[in-house]
Parts: sequence; structure tokens; C-alpha cells
Amino acid sequence: MSGMHGTETTAGPVEGHVPPEATSATGEPGANSAGMAAVGRVAREVMPVTGVIADPTQLRTYECDGLAHYRVTPALVVLPETTEQLAAVVRACSEHGVPFVARGSGTGLSGGSLPRADGVLIVTSRMRTIREIRRADQRAVVDPGVINLDVTRAATPEGYYYAPDPSSQQICSIGGNLAENSGGAHCLKYGFTSNHVLGTELVTPQGDIVTLGGLAPDAPGYDLLGTVVGSEGTLGIATTATVRLVRLPEEVRTLLAGFASTDEAGAATSAIISAGVLPAAIEMMDALAIEAAEAAVHCNYPAGAGAVLVIELDGPSAEVEHEYAQVERICQDHGAFELRLAIDAAERALIWKGRKSAFAAVGRISPDYIVQDGVIPRTALPEVLRAIAELSSSSGVRVANVFHAGDGNLHPLVLFDDAKPGAGDAAEKVSGAILDLCISHGGAITGEHGVGVDKAAYMPKMFTDDDLDTMQLVRCAFDPGNISNPGKIFPTPRLCGEVPGKRKHAHPLVEAGLADAF
Amino acid sequence: MTTAARTRLDAARTALGSACGEVTDGTPADAVDGVPVGLVARPASTPEVAEVLRAAAVYGLVVVPRGHGTKMSWGRPPEQADLVLDLSRMSAVLDHAAGDLIVDTQAGAPLAEVQRTVAGAGQRLALDEPVAGSTIGGMLATNTSGPGRMAVGTARDLLIGVTVVRADGVVAKAGGRVVKNVAGYDLGKLVIGSYGTLAVVTQAVFRLHPVPVARRVVNVSADSPDDAQRLVQQVVHAQLVPAAVEVDWPGTGGGTVGVLLEGTEAGVEGRTAATIALLGGDAAAADGLPSGWGRLPWDEDPTTGRATALKATFALSGLSRVLEAGRAAAAAAAVPLRLRGSGGAGVLHGSLPADTDVAAVREVVTRLREACAVAGGALVVLDGPPEVKAGVDTWGPVPALDLMRRVKEQFDPERRLAPGRFVGGI
Ligand SMILES: Cc1cc2nc3c(=O)[nH]c(=O)nc-3n(C[C@H](O)[C@H](O)[C@H](O)COP(=O)(O)OP(=O)(O)OC[C@H]3O[C@@H](n4cnc5c(N)ncnc54)[C@H](O)[C@@H]3O)c2cc1C
Repeated sequence: MSGMHGTETTAGPVEGHVPPEATSATGEPGANSAGMAAVGRVAREVMPVTGVIADPTQLRTYECDGLAHYRVTPALVVLPETTEQLAAVVRACSEHGVPFVARGSGTGLSGGSLPRADGVLIVTSRMRTIREIRRADQRAVVDPGVINLDVTRAATPEGYYYAPDPSSQQICSIGGNLAENSGGAHCLKYGFTSNHVLGTELVTPQGDIVTLGGLAPDAPGYDLLGTVVGSEGTLGIATTATVRLVRLPEEVRTLLAGFASTDEAGAATSAIISAGVLPAAIEMMDALAIEAAEAAVHCNYPAGAGAVLVIELDGPSAEVEHEYAQVERICQDHGAFELRLAIDAAERALIWKGRKSAFAAVGRISPDYIVQDGVIPRTALPEVLRAIAELSSSSGVRVANVFHAGDGNLHPLVLFDDAKPGAGDAAEKVSGAILDLCISHGGAITGEHGVGVDKAAYMPKMFTDDDLDTMQLVRCAFDPGNISNPGKIFPTPRLCGEVPGKRKHAHPLVEAGLADAF
Repeated sequence: MTTAARTRLDAARTALGSACGEVTDGTPADAVDGVPVGLVARPASTPEVAEVLRAAAVYGLVVVPRGHGTKMSWGRPPEQADLVLDLSRMSAVLDHAAGDLIVDTQAGAPLAEVQRTVAGAGQRLALDEPVAGSTIGGMLATNTSGPGRMAVGTARDLLIGVTVVRADGVVAKAGGRVVKNVAGYDLGKLVIGSYGTLAVVTQAVFRLHPVPVARRVVNVSADSPDDAQRLVQQVVHAQLVPAAVEVDWPGTGGGTVGVLLEGTEAGVEGRTAATIALLGGDAAAADGLPSGWGRLPWDEDPTTGRATALKATFALSGLSRVLEAGRAAAAAAAVPLRLRGSGGAGVLHGSLPADTDVAAVREVVTRLREACAVAGGALVVLDGPPEVKAGVDTWGPVPALDLMRRVKEQFDPERRLAPGRFVGGI
């Protein structure tokens, strides 16, 4: 399960709650040691000494991402500074059959950058140059390790920003965003990473450097970029990203609405969208999430609320004003007992602080918790939230809900105390049942955190074997050796092998004289 | 046709007939860009498409998928076309979930029909229909776009789920019915713009948008390419949030920049006034769309026969360079070249008359291609008369072609789906 645990465990090669099926994803320590040694030699040749880490204690700092209960110590860590260095290491991996895993800032919540015990972890944190802010083109070209928020910071003086805003935007990298197709609160109106990354320089799993997309739209040929975005590092490593910059809006209005229950808040959400209003964001928090946020950041949300909505409208002033009037009325019609419009930047920041700190804040009310990420059709919100509440009361496991209500992306936080025997298992069960609810309502098992190692086992619940097999055709095209972040996304790898009946020119029947070309 | 080929087709016909019921001989009207067609199969469902493709695999038939056949000559002619897989019977709009703003449709449904269905709830699929009569599948396969791409993007930004049938008859889907979903690879993006060479799309789910209450267009003349670029830059950097920024550049003289504003009555009124004030000159508002708005320039070519259809892409700052190069190249080759498109998104379409000499086409293509490349883009010849296709590098240089070939090899190792139509002979 997607999770963040308050308790720190001590490091080891493979520790924590790693389920047995995950070991195939993580590799055996010491496997292919000759190959590893060869890759290490190449790395030391092409990189400064500080860029190659083999010391066991130092290696352990990289043993997990944001999903800290999966831990694997990598055999080697490299921190390239240039695309060429990175490509040289990947090429060596390819030659020696050594798996590699890309890592940006390590904030992923599905174990996507969980290292391989028999592989190299390639960290992009020394590739942090913002290469170009091209105002006239409304584009920026950045290195993969550049922090999401830094793109916005660099573009703001020009009147622009980078729209996808994961709550982790102060620390997560653009490369990680690209790999996860990350979302954020404002993706309701502006779209996800895939709508904003228009080009990339990719180091393929063979170590070749190829360009996909770029400054101009609609590059001829297959949209490989579209497939690489969201592929969780399994199709190669992005070494640059060309991203769209969006004009800063003329006006922003942030509204906090208090409701008696999530039912009413959910209905208000649907009504807003049905009315043809497209807010920049509609976020919901339930009573337990509000309690946690209050305890952590004193955001002063309406007292006694069973749910709050944070609704942000942005755009040209006249449009915002009109939409605001509509939204206010709809909230009132759906039983909002308090409406608070942020009157200045400080108030807006306070409203958002409650929401953006919610994951971490839950640590105040529970020693351990699992962050779940699932999607349902927006109209199913009230029903699914009720079902989650029933799950919670019947199991005795508390669930706090914080989520992107506008696009039906739930983030139930399943609370437990790992010190109590069986509590972890009970929480995992509830967390899994929530995913089943998403699937049975026609939704998805992840809206933004990715599949990683965490949800690979759930993929067959959402997709048939044929679906997964077809997706893996892409994998075989890019990475026939299965060395680029192997073991992630797919529960069972496809053997790529030789392509049957492969031919380049005429049809075999034509060649055999059995047919002509009409 | 040789006897062997005839015999093979006859044998296949029986199998195809039991797969889908409707199988007919290809007629001259079915020819794909001049390539004669043996048989036409019209399956009515995804399982039938799968059956047809399995039968085609058994008999080694080369298959070219077709919607309403409005863009069959786009791309390069296929090497062969034993079987046209016609999806026009799969025309049902399956489900419009208005509350969730999504629509689920069969690939043979006309885009116009999808629009009619969702319009009932005040919604639209925010994709233009530059080629009238297009089906969903054909639109996806050729990745057509119009003025609206400026605000909401293209098919890749709106397609949230897809069902495809592979060359071997395996049915696969990716994505789903929710707007936010990162589970698995996004195969939808891969099939968009793939010209039927990877798999046959049979069903698609799209995200919808509300129809805006008000819309107005502000038109302003531009004297020169630099002027056009200055005007477009002014608009995109202002607080106008235009739904479209179109540039129309006829063969001679200056051109026009058109700015579409959509939203609420009050908002559009305010922004219209602001746009006029910002652009100055002869900027004026119109209620209706100007003539030719969103139409592909070759559809207005007065000569008879097939015009050469160009698509130029570039970074926004390259607009004046591309307009200038187009004008200079056309003058040097002594042909009229009209360019028109989304100046605000970096896409222009161009048209050269049907009777243009191949050498002149080549000259224009080469010079425009250079300008597009400098501006980070590309120039593609989408369509043209047979002599042009034979004498001009229509797709131009394609980065990452090797990877694309590998993808094709995985999906269609026997090269039986529209071989030769796509980049690099794919
Ligand atoms: C408090 C908190 C809040 C969060 N909120 C959100 C949110 O609102 N929305 C959201 O979508 N996510 C959120 N996340 C999850 C996470 O921040 C995102 O998935 C983020 O994009 C990961 O970026 P990263 O640089 O940390 O990547 P990592 O965790 O280092 O890696 C993530 C994946 O990307 C791959 N990868 C990294 N760099 C590259 C590259 N250059 N090329 C190819 N593959 C690469 C890795 O192999 C791995 O599979 C949150 C996480 C935390 C801890």
C-alpha cells in the first residue's frame, strides 16, 4: 500500500514490510557482481569521485523513497552531472546486463525509485540547471533534477509559472514528475504533467540519447513522449524536459466552504462542475483531516465542519467574478454553513496551508498511516465516501480523507499504530478495500502516485492480461533487456525475446512468390 | 492480380465473412491513395474487428483501417492494401456521462454525432473538425486539430481511455473512464497520429468541456510577418486567455490575425474591448467566425485535383520566420502558397495548387522545412498528388526513428497494418 510510516526502521538489504512478491522486483544482493564491478569502473572513469557512492553506510541513505516501508540498499549509487556521464553509465549497464533505477528527489509514494540490490541507482540531484526560460515561446527547458517549484520561481519574473503543482513541489524533481505524470491541486483546470511536458531528451535503456518532442507541437512520428511520460522510469531516463509555461492569472480567488458532511460537500462539487464552472482547484478534507491540520498548522478552518472545500477560481477578473457568484450560490444551496473568501495573499496561504500540510499533519493524530491514491468518477463521490466510512466503522480503522474532489482523486489516509499487533495488517486491508471500491466504481487504482512496486499486484484488477501484455510491447521496444527500473508497474514481466516473423521489406508471401502486390 | 493472390483472397473472404458478416470486393472508390483494395470488411463490434484481424493474420493480408475515408490519402500510399477494415458500422456513441463530463464512443462514430450527443447537456468535445465528416478513429489516427488547440490542446490532451485491436487480433485497452489515471502505459497517446500502423482503434473515451456561453472574434490586419508575430505575442502575453489565435496568410499581401474569446457574457465583452485596445490598428470584433476560420487552406484551393497539403510546426517565436520563408519560397518557385493556422500554438497549414510542378513543391518544402527546423519544429507533407509523393521527402527527418521502428516491430511484426504509410517507411 502507498504509505508513509512515522516509525523509522533500521536499514538492511531488504527490510520492512516487503511482501514476498516484491523480491523479484528488488534483486538479490551480490548478483552479477562482475557486471556491477564493470559498471562501477565506467562510472569512476566518467565521473568525479564524489559522484560514485559505494560505501555501505552512504548507500543506505538511498534505500527508500517516500514509501519508506520498502527498503533496499542499492549496489551502487551514481550522481551524474551531465547527460553524457549518465548515458555512459546506462550504456555500461546495458552491456553488462545490470539493472538501473532513476531517482530524482525520492519523494515518490509508490516505491518507484526503490533501488535494486543488484543494480545502480542513478540520481539526478546534480543535474539541476534551468537551461532556458523562453518567454516568447512560453516554454522552459530544464534539467531532470530541477525542483518543480524552482521552475515557477524562475518564470514568475516573466509573468509565467509551471502549472502542475504536486503538494511536494518544494522538493520533488521535474524528472520524477515526468516519470510519474504527477498531478496537483490545480490540475483540475490546467491538466497534469503529461499536458505540460512537450519534449524530453531521453537516455534509452541502451544508453543512446534521443530527442522526443520539443519546443514545437506535434513532432512527426509516434508520440513516444506521451508514452514515456508516466512510465515510471521503465523506458529510460529523462535528462531534460521542455515544459509549457502558463501565464500567471490576472485574478485568483480562494474560497473556504464549511459543510456539515462530506455528502453535502461532494454534492456541491458535482453541482459546480455541472454548472459549467471550471475552478482551478476543488479540494476536500473531512472532519478527521481537518482535526489533524488544525493540530499541525492551526489553519483555523470552520469549527464543527464535517467537511471543507477549498475552491480556487482564477483567470480574467470579469470571468472570476461571475464564477465566484455562481460558486458561492451553489455552496449555499448545498448547505455550506460558512463561506470564507481569502482577502489577501496571507489568508490564501493559510487556507492552502491546511490542505497542503494534510498528509504530514496526520502524523499528529496517528503514529502511522497509509496514504492511499485512487480515482472514482466525480459523481460517485458521495457514495464512495459513505462506503469508506462504513469500511472504517466496521473495521475500527480510522480513515481521514483529503483529496482532489474536482477530479475524483481520493487520498484516504488510513491510520494505525504499528506498535499494536495486527494493526498494520488491518490498515492494509482497509486500504486495499478502498482500491477495490475505486475499481468497482469504474475508477483507477492510482491517479497520481503511480504503480511502482506498491500496486503492481493490483494492475490485474484493472487490466486484463492482454491489456498488460500490450503495454509491455512498448516496454520490449524500449528495453528488451528489462534493465530500466525492472519489477515496477507490471506484476509479471513479458519476455521480449526475438520478434516472430520479423521482416523489414516485402511481405513473405510476396517474397515466396505466393502473392503479388496487386 | 496473380492467380495466387486471387486464390488467397478468395480463401480469406470466407473466413472474413464468418468473422463479420459484411465483406465485399474492393471497388476503385476504395483504393487507398491509388493502391487498389482487394476486400472491404465492415465489422460491427470490437470482437468482430478482432475476428477480422485474426482471419487477416491467418491469410497474411495487409490491412488498412478506415473510418469515413476522408483522409485515406494522407501520409504515404501503403505498400499494399489487401483488406480495408471499415469501421463505419461502429458508429454508436456508447455513453455520455454528463455529470462526469466524459463520453465513451465507438471509433466509427462521426465526430459531429458525438458533438450533437453531448451538446444536449451543454457540453462539447473540445476538438475541431477541420476535415468535415471525420470519424473519431480517423481523427485520432491523423491527429487533426484546429483553432481550439490553443486553449485545450489536441486529442492527446482529451483522450482518457482507448480500446485497440492489435494486428494479431488481441484486444487491449489502456486508460479508463476517469480524467485522472496514471495506472500503466498511456497507449492512447501512442495510437494518436499513428495512421493506422500500430493497431486498430475501436473505442475511445474523452474528457468533455462545458460549452461557453459567449464567444467573439477580434480580427486585425497584419502587414508583414514581423507584424503578425508582434500581434500574436501581444495577445498571448496579455491577460486575455484566448480560446484561439489564428493567423491567415494568403499568397500575396498582408494577412489577418484572429483572436477568439470565449467565456461568460460579461467576461467576453470586457476581454473583447481589451483585445481591440491592445492590438490597435483596424482591430474590430465580429460575432460570427470569419470565413475560412479553422478550414484547411487546401479545401479552398480553386484548382481541380488534389492540392499539396503542408503542416508546419514551430516554437511561437518562429512564426515570422516561417511566414517569411513561406512567402520567399513561393516567390522563388513562382507558386501561390496560402498559410493558415494556429499562430498561437505554433501550427500552420499550407496549400499548393494541384498543378504545381514537383520541383516547385520540393523547393517550397525544403525552404519551409529549414525555417521550421530552426524554429524547433518540422514540416510535413500531409497529402498531395502522386507525383509529389513520389518526388518529395514528405515526412522529412524524424528524430528517434529507430525507437519508432522498434515499437512498430513489437506491435505489428509482420508489417500488415498500413505498411509504408508512416514515417521512415513504417
Ligand atoms: C508530502 C508529499 C506530497 C505529495 N503530493 C503529491 C501530489 O500532490 N501529486 C502527485 O502527483 N504526487 C505527489 N507526491 C508524490 C511525489 O512527490 C511525486 O510522485 C513526484 O513526482 C516524485 O518526484 P521525485 O523527484 O521525488 O521522484 P522519485 O521519487 O525520485 O522518482 C519517482 C519515479 O520517477 C522515476 N524517475 C525519477 N527521475 C527520473 C528521470 N529523470 N527519468 C526517468 N525516470 C525518473 C523513478 O525511477 C521513479 O520511478 C507527494 C509526495 C509527498 C512525499
